[in-house]
Amino acid sequence: MAVREDDDTSKRIPSPMSMKSLAAPVKSAVDKYQLLPEFLKVRGLVKQHLDSFNYFINCEIKKIIHAKDNERIVSDINPKIYLKFLDIYVESPSVEEDHIREPLIPQRCRLSDTTYAAPVKVDIEYTRGNPIQTEIKKGHVIANMPIMLRSCRCVLYGMDDDELARLGECPLDPGGYFIVKGTEKVLMIQEQLSKNRIIIDTDKKGRVSASVTSSTHERKSKTVIVMEKERIYLQLNQFTKLIPIMVIMKAMGMESDQEVVQMVGRDPRYSGLLLPSIQECASERIYTQYQALEFLEKKVVKSRFTNQKVSPMTILDDVFLANVPVHEGDFYPKCIYVGVMLRRMLEAILNADTIDDKDYVGNKRLELSGQLISLLFEDLFKTMSSAAKKSIDEALTKASRSSSMDISLHLRKDWITHGLERAISTGNWDVKRFKMNRKGMTQVVSRLSFIAALGHMTRIQPQFEKSRKVSGPRALQPSQWGMLCPCDTPEGEACGLVKNLALMTHVTTDEEESPLITLCYSLGVEDMSLLSTEELHSLNSYLVMFNGLILGKHRQPQRFANGMRKLRRAGKIGEFVSVFVNEKQRCVYLASDGGRVCRPLVIADKGVSRIKEHHMKELRDGARVFDDFLREGLIEYLDVNEENNALIALYEGEADSNTTHIEIEPFTILGVCAGLIPYPHHNQSPRNTYQCAMGKQAMGNIAYNQLCRMDTLLYLLVYPQRPLLTTKSIELVGYDKLGAGQNATVAVMSYSGYDIEDAIVMNKSSLDRGFGRCIVMKKVSAVKQAYDRIIMPQMSSGKGGLDSHMQILDTDGIASPGEIVRPHDILINKQSATVSRDQLISHKVLPDSAYKFTPVKHKGTEGETTVVDRVALFTDKDQNMVIKFIIRHTRRPEVGDKFSSRHGQKGVCGTIVQQEDLPFSERGICPDLIMNPHGFPSRMTIGKMIELLGGKAGVSCGRFHYGSAFGEPSGHADRVEVISETLVRHGFSYSGKDFLYSGISGCPLQAYIFMGPIYYQKLKHMVLDKMHARARGPRMMLTRQPTEGRSRDGGLRLGEMERDCLIAYGASMLIFERLMISSDPFQAQVCRKCGLLGYYHDKLKTGFCSTCKSGENVSTMKLPYACKLLFQELHAMNIVPRLQLTEH
Amino acid sequence: MPRLSALDMPDVPMGQLPSHLEQQRTRVSCKSDAPLHTEGIQYSGSYASMAVDNSLRLDSFSKNFRVEVVRLTEDEIEFDMIGIDASLANAFRRILIAELPTMAIEKVLIANNTSVVQDEVLAQRLGLIPIEADPSLFEYVSENDAAHEKNTIVFKLDVRCKKDDGRVKVKSSELKWLPEGSELQMASTNPNPSTNPNAKPKTYTSFNCRQDSLPEFSNKPLRPKYGDVTIAVLGAGQAIDLEVHAVKGVGRTHAKWSPVATAWYRMLPEVALTQEVEDGKAEELVSKCPVKVFDIEDIGEGWKKAVVARPRACTLCRECIREKHWEECVDLRRVRDHFIFTIESTGALPPEVLFTEAVKILEEKCERIIAELS
Repeated sequence: MAVREDDDTSKRIPSPMSMKSLAAPVKSAVDKYQLLPEFLKVRGLVKQHLDSFNYFINCEIKKIIHAKDNERIVSDINPKIYLKFLDIYVESPSVEEDHIREPLIPQRCRLSDTTYAAPVKVDIEYTRGNPIQTEIKKGHVIANMPIMLRSCRCVLYGMDDDELARLGECPLDPGGYFIVKGTEKVLMIQEQLSKNRIIIDTDKKGRVSASVTSSTHERKSKTVIVMEKERIYLQLNQFTKLIPIMVIMKAMGMESDQEVVQMVGRDPRYSGLLLPSIQECASERIYTQYQALEFLEKKVVKSRFTNQKVSPMTILDDVFLANVPVHEGDFYPKCIYVGVMLRRMLEAILNADTIDDKDYVGNKRLELSGQLISLLFEDLFKTMSSAAKKSIDEALTKASRSSSMDISLHLRKDWITHGLERAISTGNWDVKRFKMNRKGMTQVVSRLSFIAALGHMTRIQPQFEKSRKVSGPRALQPSQWGMLCPCDTPEGEACGLVKNLALMTHVTTDEEESPLITLCYSLGVEDMSLLSTEELHSLNSYLVMFNGLILGKHRQPQRFANGMRKLRRAGKIGEFVSVFVNEKQRCVYLASDGGRVCRPLVIADKGVSRIKEHHMKELRDGARVFDDFLREGLIEYLDVNEENNALIALYEGEADSNTTHIEIEPFTILGVCAGLIPYPHHNQSPRNTYQCAMGKQAMGNIAYNQLCRMDTLLYLLVYPQRPLLTTKSIELVGYDKLGAGQNATVAVMSYSGYDIEDAIVMNKSSLDRGFGRCIVMKKVSAVKQAYDRIIMPQMSSGKGGLDSHMQILDTDGIASPGEIVRPHDILINKQSATVSRDQLISHKVLPDSAYKFTPVKHKGTEGETTVVDRVALFTDKDQNMVIKFIIRHTRRPEVGDKFSSRHGQKGVCGTIVQQEDLPFSERGICPDLIMNPHGFPSRMTIGKMIELLGGKAGVSCGRFHYGSAFGEPSGHADRVEVISETLVRHGFSYSGKDFLYSGISGCPLQAYIFMGPIYYQKLKHMVLDKMHARARGPRMMLTRQPTEGRSRDGGLRLGEMERDCLIAYGASMLIFERLMISSDPFQAQVCRKCGLLGYYHDKLKTGFCSTCKSGENVSTMKLPYACKLLFQELHAMNIVPRLQLTEH
Repeated sequence: MPRLSALDMPDVPMGQLPSHLEQQRTRVSCKSDAPLHTEGIQYSGSYASMAVDNSLRLDSFSKNFRVEVVRLTEDEIEFDMIGIDASLANAFRRILIAELPTMAIEKVLIANNTSVVQDEVLAQRLGLIPIEADPSLFEYVSENDAAHEKNTIVFKLDVRCKKDDGRVKVKSSELKWLPEGSELQMASTNPNPSTNPNAKPKTYTSFNCRQDSLPEFSNKPLRPKYGDVTIAVLGAGQAIDLEVHAVKGVGRTHAKWSPVATAWYRMLPEVALTQEVEDGKAEELVSKCPVKVFDIEDIGEGWKKAVVARPRACTLCRECIREKHWEECVDLRRVRDHFIFTIESTGALPPEVLFTEAVKILEEKCERIIAELS
């Protein structure tokens, strides 16, 4: 009965005063929207990065130094001398200047091109002196580690807005990136296939295979078991050939074939499939472990370095299924693991449905900054340790052993510091241990717009190459729902491969395994090692897998899963532990590993939401935070696998008795970029994708500290506005505070013919009043080297007064802010010493003659008036003075500038029209912009039309309207009916079409015109940066042909296809003119006799052939210089081209 | 209906148009899907077959032309212009927007600007401030003219925010008139200033006399029309020191010279009930209209019918004819030669003056054409 009531309320159309009524308590369906801002408040938008990094700083790094191999450095010379790491900790960022440490703030790092890094300190125990005594030293610095902004070690951690502002930081900036050498770098989220899991797949040849990519701290390996010609083999890099699987089983001590068959299962179909493999093994006469090992011995690959073979036992122990631990030579767990692999493989052969989907998000793991840095750190730590060991040994072998040696001094901190800095700034991840060599792991944070920066933090990069022409990985996966944004992906090459996280997605970090394993056993899991092979797959039990390891089996899997979930909801185990009962595979999967994507959902008991109205009230009153919901078991995180065990209702009203969870808000399936689109669910889907790409190019505000930043290129809008038609995501993300666009009154009509092909017509008066005005700021920086000097502007020789290019210089010889700069103006009046270094040292003061004038000049296009916005001076790490200029240029829109609405509808400005020529409405409203109606039918962007209606209603009634995705049922999007009612109430037509008068003739237009405000973005592509033409100009040195490209003032190429046209047309003189006269004409001396090129003899005043040694038969002819060059190059490679001339 | 031979049909009445044609000629019909007959019929011989002369005659125009002022406030006027063609009404509108001169800030000489507002943006904002100055008292500045008291108004803006002032909003009232012209000295081009120590330092203007000594400005100081236009916001320690030169110009060059915020007209709405609308339907009709065009009239014996009470209020939302069957009873029209003209002045000139100025400009243009033709 209660369910029915819910139904009614959720389907109710909100009344015109819906916003007020929404805030009021609703009887049964609880409005859970409020959870979202609360969630984002505790989580922020880049929590995945921060959590991952925090986990590394707090736990992972400690595990690394306490690892068996890392903990001690012992000298080979004298094993009594050692160094032991007791503890490691990362402090908050600071910088050492003149032996004084002072805290470092991020803004200072950005401005002065330094790294935002914190000292990593260790407590060490080491031996010292003679006789040897142990000492403990605390707080020894071993590295300076770059710190992620807003992480728990960052100075900004936990600061409120005022404090952030005081440090020159934008409160809306999410953090989650590093500052290395002054540039902001994001470590991209890396997507990869799950590690340590059995994946059943078919390979290129169509063979069914089971593969496991093992990854432990010590080793990474890939184990593949394939079925070839009905027989099953193991494929491992350490073995030269495919190894029959039965041999492996025997080598691991499972000598009885019966046991293997039992392990796979008693089903006769399985044993039938196994038979050929067993037969093969028998035909090789391998019956015992010893024989098997002997067989394997021959197949082992020689090591490349030592040229020695490793024993097959070691390979089976370390490499083969490296993730399954072997205790004291007990291979039983590995045997069982192989058995499970075989069973799943054979199942896949019998039933192709059970083949795993590689694109399934549950089989994916996201590698985040913490994991990546920890990989690198461990590697560098090991290098540092081995370097330290080497230098200790060296010191010990030296004679001067009398001096008591302090071995802590052998720990050089530059190793790690430089290694980390280099990796983050270049993006090259080289981990020697795993032979990992990845490029492009970091990217410079795109600060084109606020949204671009945010979108950058949530981007996921794929690991595999992009060129593959397969559609599978690019297609939208149903399991992406709620986890990855379905809209936000680039077009072209990386389409579908590069993804973005959805608004509520969280990425897990590793969680301690051992307590969970113990817990499982106490909840009734029967330990695998106690089970016989026969019992493994008994009908009444499920296997229990924990992070890819087989724990054992359980007779009541559902009860076990429920028990685990109960514990999780009660907060006894971590909230991100996932419990997934796979009925098909008869397995219970538990996962606590890092890199899984998950999202919060409201728990429902038999379809009744656990969140009641009083909970929400407490939340609104501030008596309750998001974490309380989590702690009290009202909300839980589900990962993609566990979602398969849940029945999730979209709305409370739709829940029935089988429902286990309820969505918090449907629009959270979209990401940050797609969240800006109003009514995206009314648009054709590719349009939303286009907008996601374009939103990142829109100009607007970058951050609150945008005018204090020194970016290389900055685009700002002069008067950015908040969109009239907002979405809930916009408010959550902060786009309403840092907008990138303006609300333009758009008339959808055809006008003047300059609006074809998506061009837009703009109102000149609107432009005069500041619409679409933008500021482009570029950085110019220069270093004053040690023996440079900057001097006062000189008077130009002859006349009094300054040199015309020196007028903007201040008395210190540096251009001052606020001055108008023209091309070739001098920004820094700098001189460099011409004398050699020795002389520099001998002379204290050099004479003026020793200096050469090396000014820094402004390079800009002629006629463009730019202004020096700011000048910053600082000292770089080599103690040189660096001068940075920000050159500002304010631009008003012109014909050819690119604009776009938020619906993937881009267009260039086609013409600019006087206001009096534009149509006007009955109320005197004149459009800012005219858009051609042909933009609609093929694009099907209904959302844009609703945006217009909603915007118009918004300005008439004075309330921002909402257009959140899928928001109509929950009241987060205004319905068209309600909008139309508002319009009518304010005297507009319900359809949004107005009666317009032509501005030219004064008569009414013959149609009603759809007119209202639409949020328009100005994109960064402007004609001013692109237009290019040349009559004459620079030529290339080698070929004497005109240069290429706008930046080099290059020519416009008449390409081969254009040439083809001219040939077809028979315009031979034009071809001649284009390809020779206007390109690279050259007068060559050609010998008629030998056909080779000669030269012009200055004394004889004729051409001269050096081959014939005469000037008699030499003619002058014109040919392209490139042709002459070709001949000479052919000569050089012993090919003689001869020219045969005829009289013309 | 009995069949009728074309020859037996009654003659078209001569000398007057049948009602439907008359309506086409004088009204724009606003149907629910699109307006009909929007263009007026210009050709004098359009109705020659009916012996109706459609030519425009000066005497009839001057007899019928009327202007009725509906509303007049300091910065806004609404008046009816009756008996005129759309092209002429539009000409006035266009002239008002683009061709009436005003004074606006064109040059900004920035001595110091440490505010967050960039120089160019500040200059653009200053340009848009309406200035209360009669443009007819000034001359246009041409390319090589020096700035003198007859073509330039100089204002000074010198504000600073002291360290403990918090934030200061710079309003347009801070613009101070400099009747003596520019106070900023040009960078001396004279190599040796010692030759003529008494010479006045060269500034950016060359005024012959103080502007406030001129009779037209002596008791009416020049200033921005509104004192509450925010120019910039200063933070602690920031300062703006600049001088602006306002010159005469027209709206066509830049919107800042446009004397009107906007000027527009609408044709007089005419709402007709083609059928009697009674009782329930009448109430429905009245409730449909958001601007209350219709009223209910008692016709006795408890019968009610709808009447058109306030046609002028009609905004053409077409709500009343949205449903198909209503279009049969309600006819929305616009009177083609009756314009409700609205002028919103920016403040430089009062709105009623603006219109007469516009008429003068049109007159001038006509005279020029006549002069060029003859």
